[in-house]
Amino acid sequence: MSKSICFYFQVHQPYNLRTYRFFDVGKRHFYNDEYRNRTEMRRRADRCYLPMNEILMEQIKRYGDKVKYAFYFSGQAIEQMQQYAPDALESFKALVKTGNVEVLAGTCGHSLASLHDLDVFKKQVAEHKKLMKETFGVTPKTFVNTELVYSNEIGADVAEMGFNLILTEGAKHVLGWKSPNYMYANSINPKLRVLLRNYNLSDDLTLRFANENITTETFVEKLKETNDDEVVNICINYDTFGDKLDASTGIMDFMKYLPEAIFNNSDIEYAKPSEMTDKLQTVGMIDAPVPLSMMGEERDLSIWMGNDLQDDALQTLYSCANKVKRSKDEDVIRDWNALQDAHHFSGLCTKYSNVSPYDYYINYMNILTDFKERVSKKD
Amino acid sequence: MKVLMFGWEFPPHITGGLGTACFGMTKGLAKNGVDVLFVVPKAHGDEDETNVRLLNASEVTVNIDNEKDRTYWDRVQYMEIGSNIIPYVGPERFEQIVEEQRASNHFQSPVFMPRYEFSGKYGANLMEEVSRYALIGSSLALEHKDEFDVIHAHDWLTYSAGIAAKETTGKPLVVHMHATEFDRSGENINTLVYSIERRGMEAADIVITVSDLTRKIVVEKYGINPDKVITVHNAVEPNDKKRSEYETCGLKNKVVTFLGRITYQKGPEYFVEAAHKILQYDPTIHFVMAGTGDLLPKMIRRVAQLKMGANFHFTGFLKGNDVDQMFAMSDVFVMPSISEPFGIVPLEAMRLDVPCVISKQSGVSEVLENVLKVDFWDINGLADSIYGLCHYPKLSEHFKKAGKEEVDNLKWEFASKKIKDVYEKAINLKK
Repeated sequence: MSKSICFYFQVHQPYNLRTYRFFDVGKRHFYNDEYRNRTEMRRRADRCYLPMNEILMEQIKRYGDKVKYAFYFSGQAIEQMQQYAPDALESFKALVKTGNVEVLAGTCGHSLASLHDLDVFKKQVAEHKKLMKETFGVTPKTFVNTELVYSNEIGADVAEMGFNLILTEGAKHVLGWKSPNYMYANSINPKLRVLLRNYNLSDDLTLRFANENITTETFVEKLKETNDDEVVNICINYDTFGDKLDASTGIMDFMKYLPEAIFNNSDIEYAKPSEMTDKLQTVGMIDAPVPLSMMGEERDLSIWMGNDLQDDALQTLYSCANKVKRSKDEDVIRDWNALQDAHHFSGLCTKYSNVSPYDYYINYMNILTDFKERVSKKD
Repeated sequence: MKVLMFGWEFPPHITGGLGTACFGMTKGLAKNGVDVLFVVPKAHGDEDETNVRLLNASEVTVNIDNEKDRTYWDRVQYMEIGSNIIPYVGPERFEQIVEEQRASNHFQSPVFMPRYEFSGKYGANLMEEVSRYALIGSSLALEHKDEFDVIHAHDWLTYSAGIAAKETTGKPLVVHMHATEFDRSGENINTLVYSIERRGMEAADIVITVSDLTRKIVVEKYGINPDKVITVHNAVEPNDKKRSEYETCGLKNKVVTFLGRITYQKGPEYFVEAAHKILQYDPTIHFVMAGTGDLLPKMIRRVAQLKMGANFHFTGFLKGNDVDQMFAMSDVFVMPSISEPFGIVPLEAMRLDVPCVISKQSGVSEVLENVLKVDFWDINGLADSIYGLCHYPKLSEHFKKAGKEEVDNLKWEFASKKIKDVYEKAINLKK
């Protein structure tokens, strides 16, 4: 059996919050820095989404069924593309229409709800499913949680929602001696298959690409080294191409010529993750009693949770859940999604020398206070 | 009567109470028929000059080849040398270094450049700016010799200028202690600042203190002759806008406010702890900490740790209209200062009908009657008072009304009359 390679691209664009002062609380309910959001979305569309989509489209035209990709789109990314970059959204739609691109399921607000509130989590997933159906006309089957957050419990919850495949991080502390390049199963509900991100090869295209001599040839060599392994999962943020890594690093050309290098030098096949459920047998259970993610050296949750600022903000946020549940107000629901964005909690992280987690806390909590007032009024 | 006044800041470019006090005072002096020439390190051009003539020290040039300017060196040199702290040098070598600098170097110091742009802030070059300010002060005093009868210097930053002006013109000097080094730093004082303060007060004909609390420190810790130390309490300008003309608060619940620098001296942690106590009994009350300072991150962490971020808000530094806007949104104002020479903020709150809780350790508690007073460390007392003002309408009504009346009578016009009397006394002493 030939080895497969799966590419997962995460397309997410957080709403940047404006400076929201105490004086605004209870009076002004717009939270976003529209100018910054528009500028950033436009920049990403022009530098990454449009040129990169064009490359993928050409590959699909050239190689037909042989190249395949998978995408996760957050609700914020879709909304902001609708507003500021409809051309980019159209090009994504065209890609999905070819049938070579799988749309993945996830949370609508790029949220951490899976860790805090099961009801909210289910709602987030349902809304995301609906949004994908409306936007692309497809119903996603493979699940990928925000930043690959996963634990045994989360896996079981996801299985209960009707998914049979999830992708998470191939974290060393969970795998031990095992290889990430096989199909595993959830330890509570073995019906849920688990694919693991190969962070080593994924990091080659993100962290290491600009500074090390990584070419399509060396990359294919590394892929071949993974011996009898069955599937290599590369999962990266889509804005790596052209935005986080400038096109001058050669990253876009790398992606452009990678299929050619793979087809000429190996028998590795591009695959969509959902195809793996039929193709591969599970080789064992994956046991993650403590939640993990793809973030940081530790692949844990410490970028979003654990310090006092983060814990207070998360607790305050999810204390609104019951009230929001009853709300039918579209603005409230959209703000609720955007406020759950994991991005906000990494803004409160003191682990790395962040700009100012304290300023972020003040601003975010002022907004939450206003939001709480709004949903309380609706009662 | 005419006065040459040395200040460090003037509205709208202020960082604390000093500029506001100086502004009110000059307005009050104008009402009492006193003309003020006000020297600032840096004038921005947008200051309100209705009641004063501003002299911008940054515009004054100095020529060190000029023998007259050179002589001022003697008046500022002690500070320059005082700040030359060189480690691991024996006394002989130190003297040698200082002598060398005296002989050659010191005229090359930036202090002696023909032009010097002050930052007018409290930055790293503060001592250099203070020296330059003294040099300019003395030169300006000579230039305007016939335009004033008395010299008035505010806080230690300007004392050297005041002394220099007194020595060049022979006019009487009044120094004004708005805060002492002990208020700013606790017991671990900066001895250089202490010595400048002391020297200024010794050279002065009369020392004005902003409260009896400060007067006591001046007498006990600086050894100043009590006969020449006079207390003149600060006052507050009546506000132009009524509370009802400001935006109301978007929150329907009670808002309790702390407003000031978030530093040790102001006791912010007592406010945070009291808020935590109160929220156990009434989770609807909101607390606001307005201002900035070195303890801000610590306060934010503590608030988050106590899980009360949903009810406890921070605004960052507020100035101008935003300060009054904040008061107009407040139901209670709290000043839990550990040490406060005067503390003008409660007066600003009271004129916008905000009942106040202040610490007994503040100078302003000497003059105010219609406020609740507690010891700064008494968190339970603080919490009790705040809770009472939030929950017993009769109590807060009383403080709103009586407090407003009281503060309306604490006008700068009256305080400035006392300052004018001090000037007269100083002039008579000199005769």
